[in-house]
Amino acid sequence: MEFTGLLTAIVFLPLAGAVVIAIALRNYAHARIFAAAIAVVDFILAIIAFAAYDTGAGGIQLVDHFSNWIPGLGDDGFAVQYLLGIDGLSAPLVLLTGLLGLVAVLASWHIQLRVREYFIWLLALQTGVMGVFTSLDFLLFFLFWELELIPMFFLIAIWGSDPKSKREYSAMKFLIFTILGSAFMLVGILVLFFSTGTFDMTKLPDGIQATSLLLPKVVVFALLFVGFAVKLPLWPLHTWLPDAHTDAPTAGSVILAGVLLKMGGYGMFRVSVSMFPDVAQDAAWLLAAAGVINVIYGAIVVMRQTDLKRLIAFSSISHMGFVMIGLASVVGVDGVVSPLGLTGAAMQMFTHGTITGLLFLLVGMVYDKAHTRYIPDLGGLAKRMPFAAVALLVAGLASLGLPGTSGFVAELLIFLGAFKPMAVPTAIAAFGVVLAAGYILWTIQRVMFGPIKERFADITDVSGIQYVPIALLVIAIIVVGIFPSIISDVFASGVEPIAQSLEQVAQARLR
Amino acid sequence: MSVYDLYLLAPEISLAALAAVLVLVDLVVRNKTVLPILAVLGLAVPLVFSLMLWFDLSSADSMQMHGMFDTLVVDRFSLFFKFLLIAAAGVVILSSTDYVQKFARFQAEYYALVLFATTGMMLLASTTELITIYISLELTALPIAALAAFMRDTRSTESGMKFLILSAISSAILLYGMVIVYGFTGTTSLPEIADIIASMELSGGTPFGSNALLFGIVLMIAGFGFKVASVPFQMWAPDVYEGSPTPVTQFLSVASKAAGFAVILRVFYIAFPADSLSLDWSATFAILSALSMTIGNLVAIRQNNIKRMMGYSTVAHAGYILVGLAAVAARTPGAESSIGPAGVLFYLGGFAATNLAAFSAIIAISNRINSDQIDDYAGMARRAPILAAVLTLSMISLTGIPPAVGFWAKIYLFGAAVEANLEWLVVIGVVNSVISAYYYLRVVKAMFLSDPTSDEPVSFALPMQLAVAIGFIGTLIFGIYPTPLLNFARAAAGVLLS
Repeated sequence: MEFTGLLTAIVFLPLAGAVVIAIALRNYAHARIFAAAIAVVDFILAIIAFAAYDTGAGGIQLVDHFSNWIPGLGDDGFAVQYLLGIDGLSAPLVLLTGLLGLVAVLASWHIQLRVREYFIWLLALQTGVMGVFTSLDFLLFFLFWELELIPMFFLIAIWGSDPKSKREYSAMKFLIFTILGSAFMLVGILVLFFSTGTFDMTKLPDGIQATSLLLPKVVVFALLFVGFAVKLPLWPLHTWLPDAHTDAPTAGSVILAGVLLKMGGYGMFRVSVSMFPDVAQDAAWLLAAAGVINVIYGAIVVMRQTDLKRLIAFSSISHMGFVMIGLASVVGVDGVVSPLGLTGAAMQMFTHGTITGLLFLLVGMVYDKAHTRYIPDLGGLAKRMPFAAVALLVAGLASLGLPGTSGFVAELLIFLGAFKPMAVPTAIAAFGVVLAAGYILWTIQRVMFGPIKERFADITDVSGIQYVPIALLVIAIIVVGIFPSIISDVFASGVEPIAQSLEQVAQARLR
Repeated sequence: MSVYDLYLLAPEISLAALAAVLVLVDLVVRNKTVLPILAVLGLAVPLVFSLMLWFDLSSADSMQMHGMFDTLVVDRFSLFFKFLLIAAAGVVILSSTDYVQKFARFQAEYYALVLFATTGMMLLASTTELITIYISLELTALPIAALAAFMRDTRSTESGMKFLILSAISSAILLYGMVIVYGFTGTTSLPEIADIIASMELSGGTPFGSNALLFGIVLMIAGFGFKVASVPFQMWAPDVYEGSPTPVTQFLSVASKAAGFAVILRVFYIAFPADSLSLDWSATFAILSALSMTIGNLVAIRQNNIKRMMGYSTVAHAGYILVGLAAVAARTPGAESSIGPAGVLFYLGGFAATNLAAFSAIIAISNRINSDQIDDYAGMARRAPILAAVLTLSMISLTGIPPAVGFWAKIYLFGAAVEANLEWLVVIGVVNSVISAYYYLRVVKAMFLSDPTSDEPVSFALPMQLAVAIGFIGTLIFGIYPTPLLNFARAAAGVLLS
C-alpha cells in the first residue's frame, strides 16, 4: 500500500464540492462562488502534481494504492485495486483538465437556470475526467469513464441551446454513442482480465505478451479501440460530436472538446499502443488512413458550416485526425521507432484542448451578446468587441498552427515524426493545415471584420469575470508556444518507454 | 421430527405465525395503523432466528444443517435468500402502508398474504427435495395471485386471474417434469438424484439410454422460467405488473424473482451438474438469456406506462441473470471458481436493492399524481427532488452505470461469462445494456427536463420515506463499496461448490 494523497484529492475534490453544494448550499450565488473556489483549488493541486512529476525519474509517480478495495470474487480472484498514479503521458492531461475545469466554471458565471444543479453536474464531470487520466487499474478506469456520462448528459439536455427537443436529442445521442463504445470496451477489459489475471494497467503490457488471450489479439484490440474511437471521435463514429457540441452550453462545449475527446486519445496511447504494440504496428496504415479521413473530411465539412459552434466542432474532428497521424508513426522505419510522432500526437491533444476550449468560450460569449451563431448574420463585431476579437484571432492563429503558438509545435512534431514512416498520409494530412488556415481566417473575417451590422450597434465587449478564463487560455497558448518544452518534455518522458517497447517489437520482426 | 428440526425451520415458522397474529390482532384492534408497524417489527423475529442459524453455521464444522427428513437444508445459500427476502418483505410492507390505508377492509389480510408468500419463498430457497419445492412454489403463488387481484377493479382482477391461471399451467408443466425425473431416478431428493444419475452408465450418450430424462429436465426449466419471467415464458409479466397494486409489483419483481433463481441454482447445481449429463445446459441458458435480454429491452422502449416498462425491464434482467447461469453451467469442473454463482447472487442482491428503491419512489410519486404514465412524471425533479434523485439513481443502476450497484452487478455477471468463454453472449449483453439506457433515461428525462404540470410538491409519509431510504442506501452504498455484499454472496455461493 502506498498513499500520497495528492491525486486522490485532485480526483475527488470536485465531487466532494458537488456533494456540499447539493446538501448545504441553498443560495445559488454561494454555490457559484464555492464551485469556483473548488475549481481553483483543484487547478492549483493539478499544477502541483504536474510540477512534482519528476521527468528524470520517469515512470509512474504520486501513486495512491489500496490493493484490497474490492477483493477477488472467485478462487482465481477478480480483485479491483484502487490505483491512481501519473506518468509523463497523464501529468499534462491532468493539468489541462484542471485548467479547463476552472475555465468552465468561470465561463458559467452568467447561468441563471437551476444554478446549483448546474455546478453539481459540472463538478461531478470533472471528477470523472480526472479519474480517467489518473487511474491505472483498468476497471477503475472504466468506472470513471462511465461516471462522466450522466453529468454531461444533463449539462447538454438541460442547459443546452434551444429548441428543447434538439438539445435532448443531442444529449441522448452523445450518451448512446459513448455507452455503445464503452460497452465493447468492457468486453475487451474482461477478456484481458481473464487472460492475464490482472486489471493493473502497468502490468498488462507484459501480461498480454506473456499469455495467449481468450480471443484473438486483433479482436480484443478492436473491442477496446472502438470505445476510444467513439470518444476521439474517429470517422465514421463522429456523428454525435457536432450535435453535442452545438447544443451544449458553453462550458459543456469547452469541457467536451477540451478534455472529453482527449480521453479517447489517451486511451489509445495507454491501451491500444502500449498494450498491443504489435497489433498497433500492423494496424498503423489503418490508423493513418483514419487520421487522413478525419483531417480532410473535417476540414471540408467545416467550409460548409454556417453555425459558428458546428463549424468549430468539425474543426475539432479535423484536428483530432492529426493525433491519429502521430499515432500511426508507431510503425517505425527499419526497426527504429522515433518517439517524435507520438510526442507530437500527445502535444496535439494538449494544445487542441486549450485552443478549442478558447474558441468555444469566445463563440459562446459572442452568442450571448449577439444572440445568433448564424455566420452570415454576424460581421464587424471587432469594432464593438476588440478584446474578444483579439482573443479569437489568437485562438484562430494557434489553431491553424502559426509559429509562436502552441498549435505550431504539436503539428510540427507530428509531421516530423510521421513523415518517414508514413510519408503519403502525412503529406495529405499536411494539406489539412492549409485548409485550416483557409477556413479559420475566413471565419474570423466573416464574424469579426467587415462592416458592422446595424443591430450590433449597442453590443458590448467582454467584461468582468469573463476576462479571466480568456486570459488563462491565451496565456496557456502563448506560453506553450514559446516554451513548448515545459509540456513536451513531460510528454516525451511518458512516450519514451512506449516507443522503446514498440522498437523492440519492430526489431524482433526484422529478424 | 425433533425440536432441532423446528429450530431449523424457525424463521419460516415465525414468519407464518406473524402473519396469523396479524389477522388475529386485526379482529381486536380498531386502529388499523398498528398493523404495518406490527408486521415490520415482527419481521425482527425471523431475522433473529436467521442470524442465529448463520452463527451456528459459522461455529459448526459442516457447511449445511439438514432437518425435516432431509427435505430442509440450512446453509449460507438459503440464509442469504432469507435475509434478502425479509428485507424485501419489510420494504414492501412499508411502501404498502399509504395504499393499504385506502381499503375499508382486509388490511390485515393484505399484510398477512405478503408474509405468507414470503414464507413460501424462504422455504423455496431452503429445500433440496422436489415435492417440497413444488409445495413452496404453490405457497408463493397463491397469495401473490390474491394480492395481484386485491384492488378488485377490472385491471387488478384481470392481473390476478392471469397470474393464477398461468401460474397453474406452469406448475403443471413443472410437476410433469418432476414426475419424469422421479420416474427415472426413483427419488425426489436432489443430492440423491445427482448420485443416481452419476452412477448410471451413459449409454448412447444419454443417461438411461433415453432422452426422456432430458425432456423432464427441460420441462422443469420451463416451469421455473415462468417464475422468473424469462422468455419465452414472460408473457404474464407486463400485464400482471401493470394491473397489480404497485407494492405487489414491487414484491413480485424483487422477492419472487430472487426466490425463483434461488431454486434454479439449487436444482441445477445439485441435482443436474453439467458433467454427469451430456446435455449442454450452458447453451440452453445462453439462448434463453439472449432472447430474454433482447426481447425485454426492445419491447420496453415502446412502453409509456412505467409499471409496464418495469415489467419488460424485469424480463430483460432475468436475461442478464441467465448470462450468469449459462456461465456457471459452462465452467468445466476442476477449474472451478465461484465467480459465476457468486456473481448471480450479487446481482440478485443488487437488483433487489435497486428495484426496491425504484418501486418505492414510483409508489410514492404515483400515489400523489394518480398516474403511471411516464409523461406524467414531468418536472418531478422540482416537485419531489428526493424521489427524483432516488428514481434516477435506480435507473442508472438498472442501466449499469456507476456509482450504482448495478454497475458492479453487470461487471460480475459479464465477467463470469467471459471467464466461461461466452464472449458472444457478453457482446449481446452489453449491446442490450446500451438499448436499455434509452428507455431508463426516458424516465430521467421526463423528471429532470420537462416542465411540471403543477407546482404542488409531492410529499410522502414516514413509512414510505423509510422504504425509499433503504432502497436508496443499498443501491448507493453497494455501488461505491460493493465488498460487504460481495463477501456475503461469495460465502453463500461457496455452498454450491462444495
